[in-house]
Amino acid sequence: MKRLVSADEAVSGIKDGASIMLGGFMCCGQPFGLIDALLRRGAKNLTVISNDGGTPCTGVAKLIEQQRVARLIASHIGLNPEAGRQMNAGTLEVDLVPQGTLAERIRAAGAGLGGVVTPTGIGTEVEKGKQKISVDGREYLLEKPLRAEFAFIRADIADKFGNIFIAKAQKNFNPVMAMAAQTTIVEAEKIVELGGLDPDDVTLPGVFVHTIVEAGK
Amino acid sequence: MTSAADPKAVKRERIARRIARELPENGLVNLGIGLPTLVADYLPQDKTIFLHSENGFTGLGPAPLPGKEDCRIVNAGGKPVTILPGGAFFDSAMSFAICRGGHLDVTVLGALEVDEEGNLANYMIPGKMVHGMGGAMDLVVGAKKVIVAMEHVNKNGAPKILKCCTLPLTARREVDIIVTEMAFIRVTPKGLYLEEIAEDTTVEAVMRATQAKLIIPSSVGRF
Repeated sequence: MKRLVSADEAVSGIKDGASIMLGGFMCCGQPFGLIDALLRRGAKNLTVISNDGGTPCTGVAKLIEQQRVARLIASHIGLNPEAGRQMNAGTLEVDLVPQGTLAERIRAAGAGLGGVVTPTGIGTEVEKGKQKISVDGREYLLEKPLRAEFAFIRADIADKFGNIFIAKAQKNFNPVMAMAAQTTIVEAEKIVELGGLDPDDVTLPGVFVHTIVEAGK
Repeated sequence: MTSAADPKAVKRERIARRIARELPENGLVNLGIGLPTLVADYLPQDKTIFLHSENGFTGLGPAPLPGKEDCRIVNAGGKPVTILPGGAFFDSAMSFAICRGGHLDVTVLGALEVDEEGNLANYMIPGKMVHGMGGAMDLVVGAKKVIVAMEHVNKNGAPKILKCCTLPLTARREVDIIVTEMAFIRVTPKGLYLEEIAEDTTVEAVMRATQAKLIIPSSVGRF
């Protein structure tokens, strides 16, 4: 059985300078309650790993707007003008990573791999400083695993072992991020007893989940 | 769908219609944000075409009716959309395995610049526009066919089809076809081949609006 606590309690151990993965794609599938709890907690100087910089006034964008983020690792920040402004002002370090590479680097960390070898980014600025590997005559980049101390994951249903179901297009980065953090915290709309979630409906097995929070609690 | 009074909309519709004709039966196609998204309005009725949404599904459908939005189904721009019968949801690693693994038949994207070698620049202008590449680099590297959908010249009237891209590249030598309101151009190992021109232009006008060298066949088609 996993730790079942309030959102504020779940983030109470997160200190300044922590690294956190945030599931979601724009506003879809973001763990908003945990992000709000983190804002209340006041932790700053964070490294945030997220698909994007969000859209103004929601989730990850709020963390950036309130200047809690020192470094953002993301594939796209174009819909959050504040992220661009802070980047240009030099107060926010932004690492732009191709979206598929971001997903695979995170998955590699969770899967115990030493990295991924991808054709994406060859011949572009993305290849700078990276090792190139030739496999069967084609050139690839070695992209290293990406892990974090915490992952905030959004689910529709969680059972008390941490098995989760994520509906529709909210899956996005949630399953891979849940695999790649030391502490994975799930925010679920609904929490059920063991047996309440059909094993066939499990999007991510509970082995990756450490703490469960009921949304709105 | 477009007003005759709006020349920009007419141009965009023409580009979208021409690209729609290029999509294969039973094809899986990714449409980028902006002009490429318009292609969805002109998909040929006699073909089955499935759209891929990079954030995690196939079977991308039209925008929902007002009041019927489901915030759990959005497109790559974060806007509410629908999923059609036969569609499937999956996570980001699977979504890009589809792109990178050669399972995506066509990707249609906008461009800031394209060049004679099929190099594409579409994700940043240093010091001005630094939005990030999103999924574009993976899409362009992995799709079987890469179609660029763009206006022939930029807002200052300068060519966007260049001898050599000047902006940071999204990918090297991956573009297959360029469709603008003036021309349908195929990228070949010998260079850019002017296959068709629009009904209201001339080969000379296309050449004047293009910095790259164009290969002009003896007979140029019309669209």
